[in-house]
Amino acid sequence: MSLPSDETLEAVPQPAVAGRMSPSLLVRSGFGLSALAVALILPLLTPSFLTFQLTLVLVYAIAIMGLNLLTGFNGQFSLGHSAFYAIGAYTAAILMDKASLPYALTLPAAGVTCFIFGFLFGLPALRLEGVYLALATFALAVATPQILKLSPLEYWTGGVQGIVIDKPDAPFGLPLNQDQWLYYFTLLVAVAMTIVATNLVASRTGRSMMAIRDNPTAARSMGINIALYKSLTFGVSALYTGVAGALGAIVVQFVAPDSFTFFLSISLLVGLVVGGVGWIPGAFFGGAFVLFVPNFAESLSKGLSGAVYGVMIILLIYVMPSGAAGLARMAGRLRHARGDRS
Amino acid sequence: MELLLQQILAGLATGTIYACIALAIVMTYLAIGHLNFAQGEMAMFSTFVAWQLIQWGVPYWITFLATISLSFLGGVLIERVVLRPIHNAPVLSHVAVFIGLLAILNSLAGFIWNFSVKPFPTPFGTAALGEGGFVSAHQVGMIAVTLVVLAFLYAFFRFTRIGLAMRAAAADPVSARLVGIRVDWMMALGWGMASSIGAIAGMMIAPIVFLEPNMMLGVLLYGFAGAVLGGLASPLGAVCGGLIVGVIENLAGTFIPVIGGELKFTIALVVIVAVLLMKPQGLFGRPVLHRV
Repeated sequence: MSLPSDETLEAVPQPAVAGRMSPSLLVRSGFGLSALAVALILPLLTPSFLTFQLTLVLVYAIAIMGLNLLTGFNGQFSLGHSAFYAIGAYTAAILMDKASLPYALTLPAAGVTCFIFGFLFGLPALRLEGVYLALATFALAVATPQILKLSPLEYWTGGVQGIVIDKPDAPFGLPLNQDQWLYYFTLLVAVAMTIVATNLVASRTGRSMMAIRDNPTAARSMGINIALYKSLTFGVSALYTGVAGALGAIVVQFVAPDSFTFFLSISLLVGLVVGGVGWIPGAFFGGAFVLFVPNFAESLSKGLSGAVYGVMIILLIYVMPSGAAGLARMAGRLRHARGDRS
Repeated sequence: MELLLQQILAGLATGTIYACIALAIVMTYLAIGHLNFAQGEMAMFSTFVAWQLIQWGVPYWITFLATISLSFLGGVLIERVVLRPIHNAPVLSHVAVFIGLLAILNSLAGFIWNFSVKPFPTPFGTAALGEGGFVSAHQVGMIAVTLVVLAFLYAFFRFTRIGLAMRAAAADPVSARLVGIRVDWMMALGWGMASSIGAIAGMMIAPIVFLEPNMMLGVLLYGFAGAVLGGLASPLGAVCGGLIVGVIENLAGTFIPVIGGELKFTIALVVIVAVLLMKPQGLFGRPVLHRV
């Protein structure tokens, strides 16, 4: 497993072929593997509630990764990802509640459902750009909780009450409690989806996505089918967020319309910016930020928690204007500089 | 038929609220080319300042003018202190900073003035006008104030040198600087004006929705919808857009059975998105040409 090469970020100096095993790639995969090792050991040491929170960090990270594919790599702005998250969560919850499907199988179902929704939504969105697309996706985010509350759908969605789900036990008699098992399960999904996203971005398809982001006219003249790629990216992005939604539903054991408001979209967006737009591992930083920092702000001051959170967002943007990605890039550049001198 | 007319009138009356805040949004957009998510909270904060002044016994119209001036200073200050340092950061970083500002102002207002709902006075009286009483004197006054602000903005951008300079700074910062316009101060000025217009909107809206730290969350969403529908770069478009949103919302709530009441905002948004698909630049916007 290797971390994504950030060819996308290092503009000119390194062309796409950075050699199979260049030193920087080695260092990067070294970082990735050590991060994974820490992630594997962590839940054995932490108390149950923290394990639960770490699981949620991974869930948000997957959702942010989905948003990153759309916004960071394809240049389409979305305020509507809470809707895809909700669709994924409800697909999982309804399948487990009404069809008693095993939880693991609800993930692909949620992914496929969201892919279809995302692809279809991407079609009209083709005509809209920038803020206009933001408004359309925003409409989606606002509509979703209201539609989920609608009385004709109550049999399926449980209306305002939502749906309660059982927490799965660890299979094969593994000596893990439920929280630990869910953590490892989520980690497995997250790692798999990170690898897929990395490879997708590095592929011909990924380059087409970025070409559309950088200059649609030039991309078209090189023979890239803009409409197809944009809608497909919307679909894949929705798929990621939908799988995150399904995992989120299983982890929290509960879905209700008011957990999926516009503010979820905003949180994902903040996570995206904090982690770094256009850098896939950034999603994990973003996920950690949107989960832990509001809690931390609350612990500092009950009355002013919002202000503390806001100040922290702004300070973070001051310190690293392009998120954790910028920091990683700077570290990379420093390393390069030192390497050149020796 | 009479019901339809009444509903349209009532819709126009609510639409004025949205038109007010849409104007402030368009003002920011004209000055800095961004949608400011914190616009609503800035307006709310200004309205709290006005409320405080009135509590201290300052007469309404003096409060009105003082709040506008204070908000102007506040807007300039925010631009200078918060936004100047990140002025070259990517768009999404700006959005994150706006979200941060929103959280700060909201929480600060709640901390200073607490979250209880407060009544806010109106200078126009609350008598119901016309038969059926769908429109109150305050709403008529609000429409008048909105039109005055609109006329002022039109004159400012059309006839004054500084208005022209501001448009130039937003359209092409580099060329504007070369002809001697101080682009960064234009931005600060734009923030100040947007903040003042927001303050006016807040003081007009507060008697209807009442004053509390979360009063603007809903209104801002409608204001965005109105501004985008109008085309974002046109003050007149913003006012029309806001009014249209109000009317559609009201009609959908009244005439569409079962889901109409629960989904009226959604229906309004769907209509807007449908309009945008037909006219992607908004009703009053001009297509943006890209150089390849």
